[in-house]
Amino acid sequence: MTGPFSLLVEPFAAYPFMARALGGAMLLALAACPVGVFLMLRRMSLTGDAMAHAILPGAAAGFLLFGLDIVPMTLGGLVAGVVVALAAGLVSRLTVQREDASLAAFYLISLALGVMLVSMRGSAVDLMHVLFGSVLALNDEALMLIGVIVALTLGALFAFWRALVAECMDPLFLRSVSRLGTPVHFLFLGLVVLNLVGGFIALGTLLAVGLMMLPAAAARFWTSRVETMCLVATGIGMAACYAGLLLSFHASLPSGPAIILVAGLAYFISLLAGPRGVVRQRALPHRHRVA
Amino acid sequence: MLNKAPAAPNAVEFADLTLGYGSHPAVHHLSGGVRRGSLTAIVGSNGSGKSTLLKGLVGILKPMSGAISMAAGQRLAYLPQQSELDRSFPARVLDLVALGLWSRRGLFGRHSKDDKARLMTALSAVGLEGFEDRAIDTLSGGQLQRALFARVLVQDADFILLDEPFNAIDAKTVADLIALIGRWHGESRTVMVVVHDLELVRQHFPDALLLARAPVAWGKTGDVLHPENLLKARNFREPWDDSAPWCGGPNAGHDHDHDHDHIHDHQHHRQRDHGHHHGHAAHHHAQEDVSAPPHQVQA
Repeated sequence: MTGPFSLLVEPFAAYPFMARALGGAMLLALAACPVGVFLMLRRMSLTGDAMAHAILPGAAAGFLLFGLDIVPMTLGGLVAGVVVALAAGLVSRLTVQREDASLAAFYLISLALGVMLVSMRGSAVDLMHVLFGSVLALNDEALMLIGVIVALTLGALFAFWRALVAECMDPLFLRSVSRLGTPVHFLFLGLVVLNLVGGFIALGTLLAVGLMMLPAAAARFWTSRVETMCLVATGIGMAACYAGLLLSFHASLPSGPAIILVAGLAYFISLLAGPRGVVRQRALPHRHRVA
Repeated sequence: MLNKAPAAPNAVEFADLTLGYGSHPAVHHLSGGVRRGSLTAIVGSNGSGKSTLLKGLVGILKPMSGAISMAAGQRLAYLPQQSELDRSFPARVLDLVALGLWSRRGLFGRHSKDDKARLMTALSAVGLEGFEDRAIDTLSGGQLQRALFARVLVQDADFILLDEPFNAIDAKTVADLIALIGRWHGESRTVMVVVHDLELVRQHFPDALLLARAPVAWGKTGDVLHPENLLKARNFREPWDDSAPWCGGPNAGHDHDHDHDHIHDHQHHRQRDHGHHHGHAAHHHAQEDVSAPPHQVQA
């Protein structure tokens, strides 16, 4: 009963809800982790958090109108996220205000609206559901939606890879050879919103950011190439989903936080042990070369 | 930059060009042309409009009034100031230089074997053989600038714009990069370089444009870097002035007419416009003048 199979595989083989949860979370990691890498490289790590808050009123509106139904809540979240991203981007491009400040303004307004909407009809339990999701309750519709989001994201990342890299590395150069700079920026914000919305179904608005950012931040300590970084982040993300769900199953812990905490553990390990981590860079007395 | 020889058409023409930010001009009423195949240093103090002019040329900044007319069919290469580059980005030297393939391959085009060979040739031309797999965050300032010049090489452009490429670069590297610029000049490419070191300009640049928001002088380097011109440029006040009066139009408030007579000579020569400045401006840029927001004159 306590062999490796029953410990590591059986929960997913024996319980369909666990298999769905694993499938959904793995899919999410596949798309959200590379997006997180680019967010981090663009020094927008906290933008994901702000956008996650911005999604709330849309999800709440969907919930108010249709109850706990995944599709309207998702579409509502998508609309709210896109509106906030576009508004913040436009304000920063048309005025002296920088994007971090305009985004802060819009997401806070959005968050307050969301909380107010939920409290108008729902209960604290409903709010908890919107904020923290439920990976164990993924139905076919939700899985399908996540699948579409992942396909769109990976397609866009492959298609615009070169522009995304150039826009991060040398934006002025990109503007000198192409008009893609601004469209790619907004496309990228769109991908962030899309993946947060996908993540919110499973992990809730708040923890969806965790799956996006923690593996990306961890991957930074392992490699100095962006391609490898995306792969490493995705690997860490998927491993965290698997290990987190197992932990949640065996120890009867809530699944979303378990996944994110495992990702957090991966971050700490990377921070300490990665080739670019703190131990190798600082603590170990190392010999130096002559050139 | 007199265009007396009719056989050398200009790579670009500025017609009463004003570029700037908000209502404040950074390049004020610039007219003239850049000869194809010429090598021009753009000089002037900080805030005198040098980088802004390059951004206008590349199309990153739209004119507030006036116009920039590029000769058709030219491929442009632009090297922004190093500070614009994110040096912490996780990429190899090869990835950075490969950005120069953009005009050839665009967003989707696969990099061919020839492209790879082109990248390696460019790296060896700037003295960075063996550096292709190095992470860019491990390069010294000079090595990074060499890599960026390799990117310009890969772009294989007819018109090359370099913004302060020698800032904080050691003498050996400057000499090597100057040699590359000389090679481009020898290949009849048009080159404009923002430079602060006037000695370097005197030695290596046949033409110079001295900016102090408005053009102070433009032509043969020896004439442009005349002490009288340099003094004029030095007296230019950098900070923009929110209480500056509104500029009455493209040619109003031309207290600097006498400073760049030859530029206007050239304009008249080219456009056969016998009216004074007001004449040609009104004639060629009536539309821009009407639609352009008013901007403030400064200093």
